[in-house]
Amino acid sequence: MRHLLSIADLSKPEAISILDTAVELARVSDGAVKKLPTLRGRTIVNLFAEDSTRTRISFEAAAKRLSADVINFSAKGSSLSKGESLKDTALTLQAMGADAVIIRHSSSGAPQRLADSSWMQGSVINAGDGTHEHPSQALLDAFTIRKHLGKGSSDLQGIKVAIVGDVLHSRVARSNVLLLNLLGAKVTLVAPPTLLPVGVESWPVAVSYNFDEVVASVDVVMMLRVQQERMSDLFFPNAREYSRYFGLNSERLAIMKPNSIVMHPGPMNRGLEISADVADSARSVIVEQVANGVSVRMAILYVLLAGQPLEVGGN
Amino acid sequence: MSSALSAPEISRALIRISHEILEANPDSSKITLLGIPTRGAHLAYRIGSHMREFAGHEIPVGTLDITLHRDDLRLRPPRAIMPTSIPNQGIEGREVVLIDDVLFSGRTIRAALDALGEIGRPRRVQLAVLVDRGHRELPIRADFVGKNIPTAITQSVKLHLTEIDSIDEVLVED
Repeated sequence: MRHLLSIADLSKPEAISILDTAVELARVSDGAVKKLPTLRGRTIVNLFAEDSTRTRISFEAAAKRLSADVINFSAKGSSLSKGESLKDTALTLQAMGADAVIIRHSSSGAPQRLADSSWMQGSVINAGDGTHEHPSQALLDAFTIRKHLGKGSSDLQGIKVAIVGDVLHSRVARSNVLLLNLLGAKVTLVAPPTLLPVGVESWPVAVSYNFDEVVASVDVVMMLRVQQERMSDLFFPNAREYSRYFGLNSERLAIMKPNSIVMHPGPMNRGLEISADVADSARSVIVEQVANGVSVRMAILYVLLAGQPLEVGGN
Repeated sequence: MSSALSAPEISRALIRISHEILEANPDSSKITLLGIPTRGAHLAYRIGSHMREFAGHEIPVGTLDITLHRDDLRLRPPRAIMPTSIPNQGIEGREVVLIDDVLFSGRTIRAALDALGEIGRPRRVQLAVLVDRGHRELPIRADFVGKNIPTAITQSVKLHLTEIDSIDEVLVED
């Protein structure tokens, strides 16, 4: 494996090996010395052409715990905001000797373009591209679910997951549907018809428009952020109505299964898709997701960068 | 391919190493055994159960994975990380005995010493190996050796254990 662009490129054993590696690397985050020499001398560039808090900091912490050198590069304050093309940016990074580029971009497919081009030699890691995919988020979500509900098994066979909200604009939902399905979980999407993508009937999921019918029967409720910045049309009448039909509040929390968990990839719109008391409740593993994110991203960097690739040029 | 140690020979060597460790560490309550996965870990559990029998009390046994500290990571395809489990007593101030199957270049042991340093500061670190085949590339020696087997650098030494391979034997392959 040379790049991580999409969950669709992963086989089940590869996905499980990343999760297992993350379990061992989590010990480092718990230990007294939070540092390993494994990636000493490697240079990793965080190329963030779109805003991010969690993902960027989490990749940065992961790279630093493995002793890699990290260069942060965000659109604001760089030549990207002067209109420099992705190609010229990539050529610059190649000239600086980057071993890997972690890229977030508002255009779907930008990481793929970077990986397929001859602009740079290093590994490309997709940290979210447009409305396409966010593979490291799906891996950390699967890691969190396995830790809470996996009962020691290596995959997620038989676990029921509801992904609720703005599926249309969500790269997190796309990656999660692929990975959860790969690992044997049963996924139900819950959203108003306007926030479901065209062709959703061909996805390996069930679809429901009624949150109340689904909420009591699943093991995991994964809420999605309503992405107002990507919304150019009116997708629902108003925020209060959306919140009433598709928000997770304490009444819905009360009828959830015992031991079930509440997840959210962040950032949350408190009061819109999730109420504040639910976000802070004992069922919520939202803060833990962030902590697990560092271990899972360390595992991704380890798998892609620690060894000599088996075949040069292959994925 | 020739057999260098048979199952009874391996068993005798492990019993002797267990006695030697107890002899060299008069306060046996301070000893912690750490096996290096995969086969070193199984040897550590076997030696640990012999020592419990001879010393009359439980000897803490754990495993220490050294993959993340190897100096040849870049030269090979990515390796799977094996579990590390440190006994509850920890390693701070204890007599740690590292246990591995075959001592060769010494690089694994160097990596193990680095890995230990990240967990704590033992009072002393000793090394027990089932086979010492020579060809050291670093100034490292074992305190307890099952058998010295002189080899050519081109040969390889393989340990099979019943826990994994359904037979106990040490093979030297050309």
